Amino acid sequence: MLGQYFPGTSLIHLLDPRTKIISTILFISSIFLAETYQAYSILTIFIGIIIAVAGIPLSMILRSLKPLWMIIVLTLLIHIFSTPGTILYKMGPLAATQEGIRQGLFMTIRLIFLIIVSSLLTFTTSPIALTDGIERLLKPFKKIGLPAHELAMMMTIALRFIPTLLEETDRIMKAQMARGADFTSGNLLRRARNMIPLLVPLFISAFRRADELATAMEARCYRGGDQRTRMKQLQITSRDWLAYGILCIVIGALIVVKINVK
Amino acid sequence: MSINLQNVTYVYMSKTPFEKVAIKNINIEIKQGEFVGIIGHTGSGKSTLVQHLNGLLKPTSGTVTIGEQNIHSKGQAARQAKSRVGMVFQYPEHQLFEETVYEDIAFGPRNLGIPEDEIDSRVKKALNFVGLDFEKYAQRTPFQLSGGQMRRVAIAGVIALEPEYLILDEPSAGLDPRGRDEIFGQIINLYEATGMTVVLVSHNMEDVAKMANRLLVMKDGEISLDGTPKDIFQNYQVELKQAGVDAPPLTLLMNKFKQRGLDVDNTVIATDAAADSIFDAVRRC
Repeated sequence: MLGQYFPGTSLIHLLDPRTKIISTILFISSIFLAETYQAYSILTIFIGIIIAVAGIPLSMILRSLKPLWMIIVLTLLIHIFSTPGTILYKMGPLAATQEGIRQGLFMTIRLIFLIIVSSLLTFTTSPIALTDGIERLLKPFKKIGLPAHELAMMMTIALRFIPTLLEETDRIMKAQMARGADFTSGNLLRRARNMIPLLVPLFISAFRRADELATAMEARCYRGGDQRTRMKQLQITSRDWLAYGILCIVIGALIVVKINVK
Repeated sequence: MSINLQNVTYVYMSKTPFEKVAIKNINIEIKQGEFVGIIGHTGSGKSTLVQHLNGLLKPTSGTVTIGEQNIHSKGQAARQAKSRVGMVFQYPEHQLFEETVYEDIAFGPRNLGIPEDEIDSRVKKALNFVGLDFEKYAQRTPFQLSGGQMRRVAIAGVIALEPEYLILDEPSAGLDPRGRDEIFGQIINLYEATGMTVVLVSHNMEDVAKMANRLLVMKDGEISLDGTPKDIFQNYQVELKQAGVDAPPLTLLMNKFKQRGLDVDNTVIATDAAADSIFDAVRRC
């Protein structure tokens, strides 16, 4: 799961969500342009500056990497041992190569940057702003039958209810633990069985909530996205153009490095 | 044997921008046989506090002991100490999950490893305490009962654990006045019949005033008042207001009588006693 929203008033926070979504996609693609130490230095500096400007503590960034550390380590190892080249160290059938280390390091850094950049998006953009942005970006596809508003509404509702459901899970877990339920010990089958006292009430309450929400929305005459106005209109400002400009310079620099350094 | 909290502080979402100190520096002792009412405004830390009493929350700092046993130490003794405390959460009916009322109430005792024949008698007793007929309800699915009945089944599920301490967090929330009176009536019966220590959390003064023999008033995560209901309603009305709770309407009414010069007893808590007192005072005039 990507990071949580980290409220703030930095320049990055204030950017239009569309700008942030598009920039994130562009920047993530441009990470794949990097193949040299120079290119990676540019990326590192740029990401460092963004983190500093956004004012996100480094501990939060590291926390967002935590769930994926296994994959990161695995990527590193696979590359070290499976790339052909000058052999540095032999361990049975496995051989670590110089090229492998370089390749593995680059791949790992790429992966880490991918995670950091996408978590930066969710760290600096509230879920509501994010879905608003997505809705606007998907609007052109309405012509080919994509229900942009409905998709965005579903996302908003899903995001909105994650904390509620977590809270509910926590509460039910505690309530059952107070009755002697055990969620942490035993083998897999036993553990799965032990989840029943948690899952049944959780499903019931999720359905009840869904039902109540649907009624509440209908009672307020919700009928989909047609001719819906919004309280907060998204607006592209000079800040956003500045952001695009800087991003273009960085991507330009990456392309120059790619052509010139081999 | 009593539950002791020493310098207990609890911080939610520690080390994030959402950090919030829920309770700070709580020192209380809950003695066996007490009926403790905890009141306070929404967000004053009542629910957080009671979740420390049976180790569901681990204090950020401070210690919780039941008897001599620190409940956050490892091992069997701590587990056993925790199982002495039964906890009824807000909206406990949301935790029902079994196919029949019987099975749901039996869930807790079964987890404690109690033999089947004793479970049977415990379920019967528990249903009896909450005023539901065993023959009629035991084999029904809990999900087709009314809200009030579901709640009673859930409470029975905790009573069947036969705890020495029973904690109830807002047991009357969302019930109509009659359902509320019934639940409270049953809690009082239980208290009187078993001598169980009861801790009742509520934001409704009137409910607590009638039952508790000790009152804790919480304000901003701290205990601002600790005493008998009579004493607190009588002598600390300003502090009560500051904590965001009012003395029960009856006390306020009796105080008004007294201010206007009618010599009534403004320490009464039950409606009948109040009526008698007013009657006497008027006759004396």
